[in-house]
Amino acid sequence: METQNIRFYHRGKVQEIGGSAATRTVLQYLREDAHCTGTKEGCAEGDCGACTVVVGELDARGAVQLRAVNACIQFLPTLDGKALYSVEDLRKPDGSLHPVQQALVDCHGSQCGFCTPGFVMSLWGMYLDHQPGDPPPARQQIDDVLSGNLCRCTGYRPIIDAAQAMFDLPAVPFDREALAEQLRALRRGDTFTYRCGDQAFHAPRTLAELARLRLERPEARMLAGSTDVGLWVTKQMRELPELVYIGQVAELREIREDAGWLHIGAGALLNEAYGALSARYGELAELHRRFASYPIRNAGTLGGNVANGSPIGDSMPALIVLGARIVLRCGERERDMPLEDFYLAYQKNALDRGEFVQGLRVPLPRPEQRFRTYKLSKRYDQDISAVCAAFAVTLRDGKVEQARIAFGGMAATPKRAAAAEQALAGRAWDEAAARLAMQALAHDYSPLSDMRASSAYRIAAAQNLLYRFYLETRPDGALAEDEVNVYAAVAAV
Amino acid sequence: MNRQVEAFMAPPAAASAGQAAGKPLPHESAALHVSGEATYTDDITELQGTLHCALGMSQKAHARVLEMNLDAVRAAPGVVAVLTAADIPGENNCGPVLHDDPLLVDGLVQYIGQPLFAVVADSHDAARRAARLAQVQYEELPAILTPQEAKARNAALLPPMRMRRGDADAALQRAPHRLAGTFECNGQEQFYLEGQISYAVPKEADGVHVWCSTQHPSEMQALVAHALGWHSHQVLVECRRMGGGFGGKESQSALPACVAALCATRLRRPVKLRLDRDDDFMITGKRHGFYYEYDLGFDDEGRIVGVRLDMTLRCGFSADLSEAVATRAVCHFDNAYFVPDIDVSAMCGKTNTQSNTAFRGFGGPQGALMMEVLMDMIARQLGRDPLDVRRANFYGVGERNITPYGQMVVDNVLHPLLAELEASSDYRERREAVRAYNRASPVLRKGLALTPVKFGISFNVPAFNQAGALVHVYRDGSVLVNHGGTEMGQGLNTKVAQMVAAELGLDLHQVRATATDTSKIANTSATAASTGSDLNGKAGQDAARRIRRRLAKFAAERWGGTPDAVVFADGMVRAGDVSKPFAEVVDAAYWSQVQLWSEGFYATPGIRWDKATMSGKPFYYYAYGAAVSEVVVDTLTGEWKLLRADLLHDVGQSINPAIDLGQIEGGFVQGMGWLTTEELCWNEQGRLTTHAPSTYKIPAVSDCPADFRVKLFRNLNVKDTVHRSKAVGEPPLLLGFSVYNAIRDAVASVGGYRSEPRLNAPATPEAILAAVTQLRTQAQA
Repeated sequence: METQNIRFYHRGKVQEIGGSAATRTVLQYLREDAHCTGTKEGCAEGDCGACTVVVGELDARGAVQLRAVNACIQFLPTLDGKALYSVEDLRKPDGSLHPVQQALVDCHGSQCGFCTPGFVMSLWGMYLDHQPGDPPPARQQIDDVLSGNLCRCTGYRPIIDAAQAMFDLPAVPFDREALAEQLRALRRGDTFTYRCGDQAFHAPRTLAELARLRLERPEARMLAGSTDVGLWVTKQMRELPELVYIGQVAELREIREDAGWLHIGAGALLNEAYGALSARYGELAELHRRFASYPIRNAGTLGGNVANGSPIGDSMPALIVLGARIVLRCGERERDMPLEDFYLAYQKNALDRGEFVQGLRVPLPRPEQRFRTYKLSKRYDQDISAVCAAFAVTLRDGKVEQARIAFGGMAATPKRAAAAEQALAGRAWDEAAARLAMQALAHDYSPLSDMRASSAYRIAAAQNLLYRFYLETRPDGALAEDEVNVYAAVAAV
Repeated sequence: MNRQVEAFMAPPAAASAGQAAGKPLPHESAALHVSGEATYTDDITELQGTLHCALGMSQKAHARVLEMNLDAVRAAPGVVAVLTAADIPGENNCGPVLHDDPLLVDGLVQYIGQPLFAVVADSHDAARRAARLAQVQYEELPAILTPQEAKARNAALLPPMRMRRGDADAALQRAPHRLAGTFECNGQEQFYLEGQISYAVPKEADGVHVWCSTQHPSEMQALVAHALGWHSHQVLVECRRMGGGFGGKESQSALPACVAALCATRLRRPVKLRLDRDDDFMITGKRHGFYYEYDLGFDDEGRIVGVRLDMTLRCGFSADLSEAVATRAVCHFDNAYFVPDIDVSAMCGKTNTQSNTAFRGFGGPQGALMMEVLMDMIARQLGRDPLDVRRANFYGVGERNITPYGQMVVDNVLHPLLAELEASSDYRERREAVRAYNRASPVLRKGLALTPVKFGISFNVPAFNQAGALVHVYRDGSVLVNHGGTEMGQGLNTKVAQMVAAELGLDLHQVRATATDTSKIANTSATAASTGSDLNGKAGQDAARRIRRRLAKFAAERWGGTPDAVVFADGMVRAGDVSKPFAEVVDAAYWSQVQLWSEGFYATPGIRWDKATMSGKPFYYYAYGAAVSEVVVDTLTGEWKLLRADLLHDVGQSINPAIDLGQIEGGFVQGMGWLTTEELCWNEQGRLTTHAPSTYKIPAVSDCPADFRVKLFRNLNVKDTVHRSKAVGEPPLLLGFSVYNAIRDAVASVGGYRSEPRLNAPATPEAILAAVTQLRTQAQA
């Protein structure tokens, strides 16, 4: 098929792009092609937020969704049918500053100014979500929204102040209906195909078409949020001759509850998926906040994290202990399996040729199950886990009927702790059982040493996390979260 | 939520309306920052024909290059040229002091990441891709990868330095108590958000214009000239602003500047060299990590009797600024305390790693950190409150006030400053509350620490303490100020413009600051050592005063009165009974042939330093401050969180309280990052494995304490500084020590505060858990 131009809304009009590499990033486009240099490159790996932009799109119900994302790892063709907002778009028509910008000036929120446009766009994303009459955002909400923006100068206090002060200034409304109309005009009825040189990019709109394309082009790289694949290009400089993008398949973005299961489509964004999960499992709230960063969760998908199967992916341990099943699709065939069975070895999974991850099924909470998940890293916000732990025990008459324990960062794949689980099975949930299971953990894993943590720390901390889980869930004298978790302790102050 | 104690939004009582100095005005570029219109080097509209450069890097820590096959690089798509050391017409060096820092490797590789060649292509992306295609054959040599190894093998880049007073050995012998041991702190990556970048454009008659993100345009000019074999007047270096510097762009902006200029002049095309973040980490130097061996003697009150300290710096492969860094470390070991008998030595250890360089504090933090750790050790050893131990050791007023290098401390405000902070932070009550919490808490432990700072202001090299400025008053009354300092976010341009506006009685909006430009002010010093405002503010003030004097003379002659009685205020000039708008007076003066522009100059008086005896008067004055931090630590995982921080800092009389508070808070958080989350790791091959924000963790938003109380200490500089202010860039970084010491305090609770935690810096969760485990094991034994 012939190539089509990438069409998206930016700077007040529809931009039509052809002849750019399919892996050209939105940031390269902004800075080098559109000469919008307000958006900065700080790291080209989605970790500093200097490149934050806001992308608008229509959701399945036809409503406008506006989300802050990292331009440095988004590929330009993924913008097709969407709207792109960069810092240049914020000044009012009379040239005066937007309240987000004015508040930052008033609160002395910029020093060197290089990270500032990124902060402005993240804050603008929050501003757009704010409903008139709502109280100003609380500190934790501000931290969540800014978790992907690094500032080396200010120490953040004035930026946090600005995030509240901006709501004291006269409001500037945003016309979502006008944008919806623009986006409806850009909507395609069929698969978007873009070619440049030897590169091809396909964005099917239906699950059936995706399944067909996947079978037809099994070598093509599946692309969702590009929060990992983006780095293959910007850091590893790999060539990606053919991409199949799942972000336009509405069916894959679905999240629904049915017959005791929560179904999460492979294309559901991490923020949406974790929102749905933590609404049911409150124990996942901290992991939600600490999973990558807010803009990464606005682009990345739960399906992508699971399909990628990185040993340090944060989703899998919790999903595994909760008994989640992964749904795979190959052509017309659909099958599912326990998530832990999907991972065969380092970067090797159970996908057949032409098969892809269609979604996840997560069982709904059961009252007899005690569940916790813990993440250890050097920094609270946006850090990769040294150890990510998940524990679920089902107690009956004070005894452990079933124990499910899984860790990330401890082996070549996300992996259950068979020996520790065995050590607990049928035992009373007491100190002795916890100690036995802790010892067994040392037989379950032989973790690596790297820049995140040594093998010895990973083992010791994993054992201690199991102990923390025991302290939090023991039948007698269970400790409150703020007695065992420094982050909860801070929130309690 | 935040509790901003300083009511800085209200103008200080002293400043009347129209006076620009002393007001909490926004950064002069604030509106440009937030709108994305502030132009950084990479944002300058590219000239037609602009090419892009990337660097090929060494993959060995120490090796001879046997063969470098660059055929595949040359053949890569978009490549225009590949340059090596052989293509450098002048000197292959960018070392700021010694000539030991090759631009491009010439035979010997000394660290992983060292630039081997430059590839120039039609896009940034094409250049980066091509740079990876080189095939290099190495003959590996033994590499030194830690300061301990450097010490053991006596691998020094520079002669050792030693500062002595009295007889440390005798004092140690007679001291009732001794503490001896070792300690380490790791380095720190500057992590300026804008990476290193230069854009060089060839000019007529063998000239080159280099836009460079640098703290030191004059040195960039000189080094570019040396590399090209040219004179300085052929090279123009310009910097409007940096996206952060923190010391990392003092000397190490030279490599991109020189290589971009080399490529541009060679190819007769504009060439931009912007380092990708990972390349920037791999190539450029960081804060020096230190290894310490200490022996300390003290009395029953905790008063230091004598100390012997031996420091080894991880300098990396070349000297860079390490000698000056080591000097400052030696001069700041005393921090706020009088040490009668002292013997401090420092060795600049050569390691096969990036060449470490300036970083905010410049060795001062590393020197003082050791002392602050020792203070808490003394307190634990004696079972006394660490604040009482500190008080017993503070420099006195009128006695016990001579530093080990012979300078008298004449502006000591430690006693009132600490008293104020002790009260405002409820230090004593919270100490008790923390102990009570720890007695009852099964898993989490709290810790509290108070650490002061006394920081010497001035360059140790006396000559560097000079600055120039150029002020133009145009006929419409608008004012343009240029000075030799550089703007990296610290608000220097704002402060200098405020001082110029104040001299001429104008509002800040009537004064515009320009880019720093070597063709306007010659032979400038680096914007470093916190001296930017002290030096350039004075120079700007001098230039404005010269113009004001000429205008006053003119006005008095024209409208009556004496020149001394002419008043410049609120945009008006009043002479005799006549009051006229500034612009009108200026225009009238022009028609009377009055010079309306002027240069200004300032040199700090009285700075002396004798390198041989390590003594003199290296500092014009001292800046003071103190912080109290409270943390909670998880004894199962080593995770921790800062609960509250109270900062009280001395900036003299502030030129701009808003900007000063920004420096204090930002410095504190940066110092905390150095000692906690920021960990540089090199693997066994010497490869830096933390080379991007994904692996190197600077503080993020939730690391800013929820309860953060920051206040300026009311003070006036006793020295005749600009507006009687004090420098503020570096000293607050040391306030972050309080967080680290609070973590140590929390860990020490595990051993009942009787044993000393074995905890080096940074205190990562892993390091903290190891220290907890060690104390537990020790308690069980």
